[in-house]
Amino acid sequence: MKRKFITIIAALGIAFSAGFGSAQAAEVRIGFIAPMTGIFAQIGKDMSNGFKMYLAHTKNKMGPLDVKFILEDSTGKPAVNVRKALKLIKRDKVHMFIGGLLASTGYALAPVSNRFKVPYISPVPAADDLTQRKLFKHFLRSGFTSSQNSHPLAEWAYDQGYRNVVTIGADYAFGYETVGGFHKAFEARGGKIVKKIWAKLGTKDFGPYLPQIPKDADAIFTLMVGPMSLAFPKQFRAAGFKMPMLGGVTSADEFILPSMGDEALGYVTASQYSAALTTDKNKAFVKEYQQRYGKMASYYSESCYTTGQWVDLTLKKIGYKPDNTDAFLEAFKTIRINAIRGPVYLDAYGNPVHNSYIRRVTRVKGDRLGLGVKPNSLWNLVIKTYPAVGQFWKWPAKEFLKDPVYSKKFPPCPHCK
Amino acid sequence: MVENLAEKRRIFIVLGAFVALGAVTPFLDLFMQSLVTEILVFGILAMSLDLLLGFTGLASLGHAAYFGVASYTTAIIMTKEDWTWTFAAFQWADSLGLGLFYIFIFGLVVALAFAAFFGFLAIRAVGVYFLMITLSLAMVIWGLAYRWSAVTEGDNGINVLGRPSLFGISLESEIPFFYFTLAVFLICLGLMYMFVKSPFGKTLVGIREREERMQMLGYNIWLHKYLAFIIAGVFSGVSGVLWTLFNLFVSPPDIELITSAEALFMVALGGPATLVGPVIGSAIIRSLQQFISIYVERWPLILGAIYIITIMLGRLYGVEGILGLFGKFRKPAASPETPEG
Repeated sequence: MKRKFITIIAALGIAFSAGFGSAQAAEVRIGFIAPMTGIFAQIGKDMSNGFKMYLAHTKNKMGPLDVKFILEDSTGKPAVNVRKALKLIKRDKVHMFIGGLLASTGYALAPVSNRFKVPYISPVPAADDLTQRKLFKHFLRSGFTSSQNSHPLAEWAYDQGYRNVVTIGADYAFGYETVGGFHKAFEARGGKIVKKIWAKLGTKDFGPYLPQIPKDADAIFTLMVGPMSLAFPKQFRAAGFKMPMLGGVTSADEFILPSMGDEALGYVTASQYSAALTTDKNKAFVKEYQQRYGKMASYYSESCYTTGQWVDLTLKKIGYKPDNTDAFLEAFKTIRINAIRGPVYLDAYGNPVHNSYIRRVTRVKGDRLGLGVKPNSLWNLVIKTYPAVGQFWKWPAKEFLKDPVYSKKFPPCPHCK
Repeated sequence: MVENLAEKRRIFIVLGAFVALGAVTPFLDLFMQSLVTEILVFGILAMSLDLLLGFTGLASLGHAAYFGVASYTTAIIMTKEDWTWTFAAFQWADSLGLGLFYIFIFGLVVALAFAAFFGFLAIRAVGVYFLMITLSLAMVIWGLAYRWSAVTEGDNGINVLGRPSLFGISLESEIPFFYFTLAVFLICLGLMYMFVKSPFGKTLVGIREREERMQMLGYNIWLHKYLAFIIAGVFSGVSGVLWTLFNLFVSPPDIELITSAEALFMVALGGPATLVGPVIGSAIIRSLQQFISIYVERWPLILGAIYIITIMLGRLYGVEGILGLFGKFRKPAASPETPEG
């Protein structure tokens, strides 16, 4: 009998402790989901730091509202993301949740937002279809789609005179979409993709893949993530390849640039952000980020900072009534921000339209612009800006959406050997 | 069937605890309700592993495989509209209010088939070799989920948009689904209890304690282990089907090695060969994962410390999990024999 008693007491204890965290007036509750442990922890910290920095600037307020910022550790796994989102929705009663890292977490979280009618803002997950063919009413994006920056990069590559390009990409959805975007736009201009290689996600030894690269190609387009980004340029150059390297954003973003060496020099990647932007806004951002967190600002931190700004402006527009979800969703799509990355607004499908920067990895002598970044660092210097690039590039949305989402099979590769 | 008075009391306590759980849960907040449901789902997984680890003495490091195939099967038959015949059959069953039965039957048959095949490959091995084979077979399932993207959507996972109703009762909200899960859980607990108390179950304990002797007595060891393996696999499948219905989303990380290892820890933490012990293990591990992470940034350290303490208590002092700890206090004289392997 004693044990039954203990069980009941324990159950009641749980019941009472669960009573905390009830709703209060005059605050906006924002859930933030990012990996704080596991292999993606450093990126997760960049994300949450970006958002926290915005809150620090507004003294933890958005207009008259106090911000209740609740950070949850997703460990980088889609299923954990879903459970943390449920926790934020059900226990903390958040007005919205922000975050996720991999494209797969975007696909996992979007239906949750719809099911519970709580807005989900994606600063990083770049899965194309979430703003293309699989729309969710409560899903908003402040980041980018995987293929968005690949289209202008293909244009740029063609203009450089490259005609035969080989691609090597990480073998998963983000890879297919980034490489696919380059492929489609490059062949639309008249170039040829002569070979597409898919490397296993997390590959550290590219030995098996390097011999497949045709030596006479004009350039190589890569999409690497995490440790792959560090390993590939080293092994590629060591194997004697001289051709120029182009890449998707993660192949040489600010997050891994400090760990790279001379092998990365000349790497051309495209992104909606570069820490090397010389606008006053960006200089201030990079400098402050460096002082606060001792790191180079990355597109992860920029995107999350801008998301904070975006939410703030949206709330202002709807009179600081965060409970009014429908008005929030509508207003979010009408905001135009002069963000750190440049001007940005959402298209009719809820995806940002912003500048696409073509950036070249360059070593800059001394402390560039006096921002307090380590001297002689590598920077993604902007060599060309394509203004107001949307997810559909130069194609009309309807026509673009007739094609399936980029995958291993699409676009087909007629010139592949 | 139940002669022993202490046994009767134990059953009474366990049932009382679950009745209390059923009575209290509706008054908890939504998050706690889904946590309790989740604990029950993984409780079934842990109990099914207990059949192998606790009762038969087979430490499988691949128990998430059957959980995985069942959860993926569920997700696939509910969402793959271009697989016309399975989808049409599901729609038809659902229109009759039998969608859940269809899902369970389909999921469990697939789990059974895989357990039968994998068991056939694995049962001959013992000890570490058994561990390795089950591990690698489970990795095959993980690999399928990850790479066979035409069917499993690869690392994007499969989203299931809604649960089928049961005889017209909607299970969409937390409370009905909690009671449904509790009912399935109690059925599983009852079936597994009858199983381990049956002569067949007693034989398994005999095999665990002294395999050679049972062989001398004329028992077909291989067949007994094989059947236990399949039965455990099917119950693991029940848990898998429930998981998909609960989370409405499956992706490869759900079914990777960590899930198998966690199930092992749930059993070790709660107390092997006790059936309800692993459920307590599930409750502790799941609540820790959900709660500590709110307050402590480096929560995996705490979880790790608990794992280490559990294993050390078991190895050094012969205390088998939390229920073992209870046993120690109650009758310090009787020390249970620690099975090897």
